[in-house]
Parts: sequence; structure tokens; C-alpha cells
Amino acid sequence: MSIPTELQYTKSHEWVRQEADGSLSVGITHHAQELLGDMVFVENPVLGRMLAAGEECAVVESVKAASDIYAPVAGEVVAVNEAVEASPERINQDPYGAWMFRIRPSGELSGLLDATAYATHLETEAR
Amino acid sequence: MLIFERSSPGRIARAQVPADTAAPDDLPADQLRADPPLLPECSELDVVRHYTGLSRKNFSIDTQFYPLGSCTMKYNPRACNSLAMLPQFLARHPLADADTGQGFLTSLYELQEMLKEVTGMAAVSLAPMAGAQGEFAGVAMIRAYHEARGDAARDEIIIPDAAHGTNPATAIMCGYQVKEIPTDRQGNVDLEALRAAVGPRTAGLMLTNPSTLGVFEKAIVEIQRIVHAAGGLSYYDGANLNAILARVRPGDMGFDVIHMNLHKTFSTPHGGGGPGAGPVGVSERLKPYLPIPYVLSERGFHRWAEEADCPESIGRMSAFGGNMGVLLRAFVYARMLGGEGMRRVAEYASLNAGYLAAELMKAGFELSFPGRRASHEFIVTLKGLKDETGVTAMDFAKRLLDYGFHAPTTYFPLLVPECLLIEPTETESKETLDAFVAAMVAVKREAEDRPEWVKSAPHALPVRRLDDVKAARELDVVWRP
Repeated sequence: MSIPTELQYTKSHEWVRQEADGSLSVGITHHAQELLGDMVFVENPVLGRMLAAGEECAVVESVKAASDIYAPVAGEVVAVNEAVEASPERINQDPYGAWMFRIRPSGELSGLLDATAYATHLETEAR
Repeated sequence: MLIFERSSPGRIARAQVPADTAAPDDLPADQLRADPPLLPECSELDVVRHYTGLSRKNFSIDTQFYPLGSCTMKYNPRACNSLAMLPQFLARHPLADADTGQGFLTSLYELQEMLKEVTGMAAVSLAPMAGAQGEFAGVAMIRAYHEARGDAARDEIIIPDAAHGTNPATAIMCGYQVKEIPTDRQGNVDLEALRAAVGPRTAGLMLTNPSTLGVFEKAIVEIQRIVHAAGGLSYYDGANLNAILARVRPGDMGFDVIHMNLHKTFSTPHGGGGPGAGPVGVSERLKPYLPIPYVLSERGFHRWAEEADCPESIGRMSAFGGNMGVLLRAFVYARMLGGEGMRRVAEYASLNAGYLAAELMKAGFELSFPGRRASHEFIVTLKGLKDETGVTAMDFAKRLLDYGFHAPTTYFPLLVPECLLIEPTETESKETLDAFVAAMVAVKREAEDRPEWVKSAPHALPVRRLDDVKAARELDVVWRP
């Protein structure tokens, strides 16, 4: 199970990476893709959409289930990764490389977990 | 091989050719097709061999133990089928007068009465044509009840996280918001969370009992009392009725509405997309809202109740009165068993589940709720095995097929990692259950000794692992030459 320390996480298993231009890349974690299994579809938010923190904004569908992806922070969608939409299996092959969309945050970041806190969260969830 | 691949131009089965075919000379010329449709051309024997061959590849309850249990479909006694297919039932027109259909209407009326008796509800309508439609009818009645009282602020339905996905979907379809509450470590609804969740916005609670975790809610009476005290109604999802049939009754627990999946508990055919039947039972206060039509009995004469009889009804669920053929099968099943027989169904269903759970635990399998008595089903988690060997619940299930057993439900409920949900039902013998335990033990040993073999299973079936991704992404089942 890999949980890179340079990323931040949500309890709903999205990862967030700070980019040089100030935007945030969002994807799903290694744990999330492992639980879901082989990905078959990815539906991203439209460019320019304003998202509230925690809003349902994308969908990933695997052979097992369709799952909503929640906006980790509030902000505007400034990029979507069409390569992942065309080849959803990239999420399974390289979950931390396969970003889904980028947000330009509209305020301060809050409520995100660091790698240690996310690892603890996974343990609690597994009970 | 597809039947199309057996086709040979000009080959025909003369005996099946209609004696006279109507010429479509009254259709507009531009609506007629120019080319004949692409159909296979085969002899009678080709067709017989093709479909017999396919049927032999089938993995079904007629050929193998099927631990998906009532979740998918119980064994359907043959008599249910043959009696429901009496020509007097089959040839009856759905709009025929009640005068000429007293046998048929009496059968449905008696089924309503038996379902009332076995669930303890005040009234039953057979109209919903599937479990999902029954759920919709149930929550629509809850909505109608609150609206009739002018209690419009109630916009939330409370649903435990162990629920089937259909419960939140139903609540949303009926215009409600879903409030999820957690499950405690013993598999019960978290009572503190429930107390905190109810309030003036609570329209109702949807609860499955025994829950999808295979355990009976210990505080069931308290749960529905909390909901009632807050002014909400309580909905009993009858998905797991097989465990409690004629033993305890949702009506006696104080529930306001229940839907019953007849294929799960009353042994009607299911799978392959239906047809289904999802009757609803209600308490006295929801009676006016029952979906129509249902059968009324007036001094021994039976007829459909329509709008004029029940103006507050939530309305019709379908063009006619439900899936009649399915309802008749359930009627025969209930009549054959009687009250005493139904009680034995629940007893043997739980005894078989309890026995399997105990034997598997003895053999070293990890149960999700080892401290709880199994209802009619129980959960084994293979998390430990997966961490140790890399063999997943799916690999394990595939290998069971090689041993001649249908796989149990895998990866449901979602709350338990790497799980198998095992439900033997009441119809299996001890010998079959013992053979299943032996197969489970053998696969577990293989997973430990030679995991690659289990991960690449099945080895003995006509098809190996299917390409799930391709099937989902490139779903195209049209044959082309």
C-alpha cells in the first residue's frame, strides 16, 4: 500500500497535489483503486465549474461499482485529464500519476489529511 | 458458439414453419424493410443440440449447490410452476370480468391474507412488480401519509450504512434526502447515532432486518420506537424475511410498512431480469394509501379495488394488477407450506446457516461477527488470507466453481473487506453442506500452498476469467457475419 508523503488526502480517498502554478491536482488513492478494482469509465467535471468543498463532482466506475468523487477543496476546475478519461486503467496502473482534474482553490486549504493521518484513517476504517 | 455460427444458407426446420403467414399488405410501403432480417438458418436438430449444449454449461440450482441463497433465488418447487400454469390461469385475459375469474381472484386474495398473517401487517397489496417497485410504493405511502397530515417539513429518510443500495435510491426517487447512520461493532444499528439523527425532519427509517450483515437487530423494538417518537414512520425492508418467516412479525415489532421480495422468500422464479413481484404490507394508518389494484372480498365475492374504492391510494404501479404468473407461484408455495411449514422454512434456513458458520469457523475461517448467531446467512472475511497469500475473495470464489459449487455473494456487504456472504437456505441437506465445507477447506489449503493456481482459476469450466473491463467498456452483443 503506497501513501506518498508529499501528497495530501481526504477521508473519501482522494489525493491532492500542489502544482507549481498554484492549482491542485486531484486523483484517487492506491487504496481506493484497489478496493474498486479495474476501472472502466471516468467522468470529470466540466472546465470552469465552480465547486464547493465536499461537492460530488466526478464519477469513477469500475467493474464492481460506480463511485462519486468529492471536491477536496472549494474552487474552479481549471483542467481535466482527458488521457485518463480515454484510458481509465491508468488509475489502476499508476494511481498517483493519473490525476483526474485540477482545481484553482478559492480559499485557504483546510481539512486535508497528511500521509500519516490518512494511514491512520485507513486503519480505523478497516476496524 | 452462437446459434448464428451454426447457420447454413437455406437450411430450415419445416415442422416449425407457420402454415399460413399474414401478408403485411396494409403497411405503408416506406415502412417495409427491403432486406430480410439477419436470422440463423438451422435445422431442428441443430437448434436442439445448440440449446441443450448451452444448458449443460449452465451453473444453476438445478445442478449445483448455490450458496447465494434467497438473496438471489431459492429453489422453486416444481409444483408451484405446474399449478400456476393451469390453462384456466394462463388463458385468462387480464381485463376479464370478476364474474368469470373468481378462482383466480380468490387465489390472489388468499395470498394477500397469508402475507398479512405471516408479516403481521394490517393490509397487503400485491401490485408492485418487483422489490424495487415495492420499496418505491412503501416510501411513496410514507410521503402520502405525512402530506395528508400537512406535515410537509419532513424531508429526510434515515438509512443504516449496512443497507442495500436500493434503500437510498428509493428515498431519493421519492424526493427525500438520505441521512446515513453507522453500524456498531456487533453489527447492530448504532442507537446513539439514531437518536441523534431523528428529529422534526425525519419522514422515516428504512431498515433491513436481519441486516445485510446476517444478524438480527437486537434493539429492533427500541429502534422503531425512537423513530415513531420523533414522528417518523418505520419501513421494514423484507429482503431477509427468509430467516424470520412466521417466527417474528414486523407488524408485531410496530413497523408501518414492509415490502416482500417473493423470489427471495416465497420461491418464485428470478434472475435474468424478472419478472418479479414485490408486494407491500402496511399498518392500519397507511392502509388508505395502498397501491391499487388489490383484491377485495365482499361476502365471498372477489373483485379488484380501484380508484373509487380507495381515493387516497398512491395509485397504480402497472397497467394491470402486478405480475400475475409470479404471484400465483407464490400462492401455491404458501398454500403448500401453510403456517407450520413457513415456520419450518425459517428454522431450517437459520439452522443450515448456523451449522455452516460453525463448521467453517472450526475449519479456520474468520467470521465477521463470530459472537453473533447467524440469521439465514453469515459473512466470512478472507482479508487475512489475502494479506498472507494474495488470494482475493474473487479468486477464492472462482476456484469454488472448479469444485462444483456456485460461488457465494462476493464483496457484499461493502462494510466487510474481502467477504463471502454465504446463505445455504432451508432446502439443502447436511451432506451438501458438509461437501461445501470440504471444498472451502480444500481451496483455502490451495491458496496457502499454491496461490497462483487459485488466482488463475477456474480451470475446469468452459470459460475461464472473463474480461470484465472489456465487457463493461465495449458492450456489443450484436452478432455480425
